[in-house]
Amino acid sequence: MSIAEAKEVARTRTSRSKRRRLTTSRLAVLLFMAPWIIGFLAFIAYPMLSSLYFSFTKFNLLQTPQWVGLFNYRFMFAHDPNFWLAVRNTLWIIGLGIPIQIVFAIATAVVLTRVKRGAGGYRTMFFLPTMVPTVAAALGFLFLLDPAGPIDTILRFLHLPQPLWFASAQWSKPSLVGLGLWGVGNTMIIFLAALLDVPKQLYEAADIEGASSWQKFRNITLPMISPVIFFSVIIGVIDGFQYFTEAFVVSGGDLNLGQPQGSLLFYSTWLYQQGFQYTNMGYASALAWLLFVVVMICTVILIRTSDRWVFYQGGFR
Amino acid sequence: MLLSIGNHSVAIVVAIVFLTPFVFILATALMTRHQALTGSFWPHPFQWHNFIKVFDLVPFATYARNTVVYSVLATVGTVVSSIPVAYALSRMSWRGRQVAFLLVLATLALPSQVTIVPLYIIFVRIHWIGSLKPLILPTFFGDAFTIFLLRQFFMTIPEELSEAARVDGASELQILTRVIVPLAKPAIMAVALFQFLYSWNDFFGPLVFANTHTWTLAVGLAEFSQVIHRSVLWNIQMAASILFMLPVIILFFMAQRAFMEGVTLTGIKG
Repeated sequence: MSIAEAKEVARTRTSRSKRRRLTTSRLAVLLFMAPWIIGFLAFIAYPMLSSLYFSFTKFNLLQTPQWVGLFNYRFMFAHDPNFWLAVRNTLWIIGLGIPIQIVFAIATAVVLTRVKRGAGGYRTMFFLPTMVPTVAAALGFLFLLDPAGPIDTILRFLHLPQPLWFASAQWSKPSLVGLGLWGVGNTMIIFLAALLDVPKQLYEAADIEGASSWQKFRNITLPMISPVIFFSVIIGVIDGFQYFTEAFVVSGGDLNLGQPQGSLLFYSTWLYQQGFQYTNMGYASALAWLLFVVVMICTVILIRTSDRWVFYQGGFR
Repeated sequence: MLLSIGNHSVAIVVAIVFLTPFVFILATALMTRHQALTGSFWPHPFQWHNFIKVFDLVPFATYARNTVVYSVLATVGTVVSSIPVAYALSRMSWRGRQVAFLLVLATLALPSQVTIVPLYIIFVRIHWIGSLKPLILPTFFGDAFTIFLLRQFFMTIPEELSEAARVDGASELQILTRVIVPLAKPAIMAVALFQFLYSWNDFFGPLVFANTHTWTLAVGLAEFSQVIHRSVLWNIQMAASILFMLPVIILFFMAQRAFMEGVTLTGIKG
């Protein structure tokens, strides 16, 4: 029986049982929801509340937590230069890295929409680096940008300056942006879907009016994909505050976190150092709660505006 | 015609930019230790046994086993525990469903950094630090992203199909396992793949919770690069990176086809 036939049979039967679909038994709901309820209480609600408590204490895991009121938060904002350094570095990555990433993602997606034959093959090739595990990609780029690596060898051959890339405070963050561009695939795919969703008639109408390619992009494409740009920016902010793995690997690991010269000390790096290297669990909890507030603000903005960027096939109830 | 050639040449240039790093990494993985430091582009001689030396110089087999254990169990846990929750949030009607769904959405973007300090303290107390258990156990209690994606897919399955089964006297569990799950196979495959990739790549979790014996490849290879001064053994480092990314890339090529087939086979659109 095909789905269409099944639907037909079902339709005639449902009229008889309209009343039964209204509510499911409470026990059934509870049983089905049980994994999430337990998980939410044990791995989210309880940790959140206890870290809120720890954030008002001095706690090193060995002694019992000692109440210090708002000390951690005051210290964070007024007396911790590394906190501000980490915030500045993180905002650098968010403010510069994300716009570059989004422009690059749109550009590569546009390239994919332009080729008619073999588009699938190109899409696979553009996306492939995104599949590389972050640590492997970071190790690969460490080599590519090493003084003995291929990039500097080519630059030397062309008699161009050869920066120290990850080893220089000036070039370390731009190098990380380059690493991010290599793995742009996910963002690219989202933009590709958005570009293909733009109604063809709009371009046809513009063609009749004699619009140039740039005018069409500026006045049709950009407005039509703007919700997706907005979505990517918010997700980028949330991800930016969690930026950790790439910086950890290219800095040279546990003993060199944030190197060179603090240029790669990011928010999550500082949280990790406070919590798991210095076991300042109270201070790390305060950092975690500030992060939580920032992420929640972003999430609320996202959910509030979701009708602008999410399209449900089956209708949203 | 001319335009089409122009578009293709742009696409080819972009493809070369994306693929060149792979070529350099692979070439270096096949060089001798000395040649890898000279900035040459082509291995001479080809040293294929670098890929075997990785297993002698790094506890690669142990890291690989840990990675597989973590990824497989986390995938099973996430899928098995998220399916019923997604079902309750999409195909059962009850008061508070909307609130519960909003709560799931709210936790969707929750960074692991936020909860990791208290979780660490809990796992220290029950002596689980140094094992993979703190990473695997929570996956058996639903994952917000998986629940969200599955719910979206379940919503597209015609309600009449459930109704027909209900009229025939099927319980909710039977409807889930016999009607919904078979129809949602492509979506379930997709979320399973996402979770597998997430665990395979996960760095922060194993870094905090595991120890030298339970490190996964992500943490193990990152730590290895700092133990042995990195520039000394570029060839081995690159060979290890390739072995680390290879399973995921193979999976990608296999699953790409499975996804396309799955989407065209079901063809249900509400």
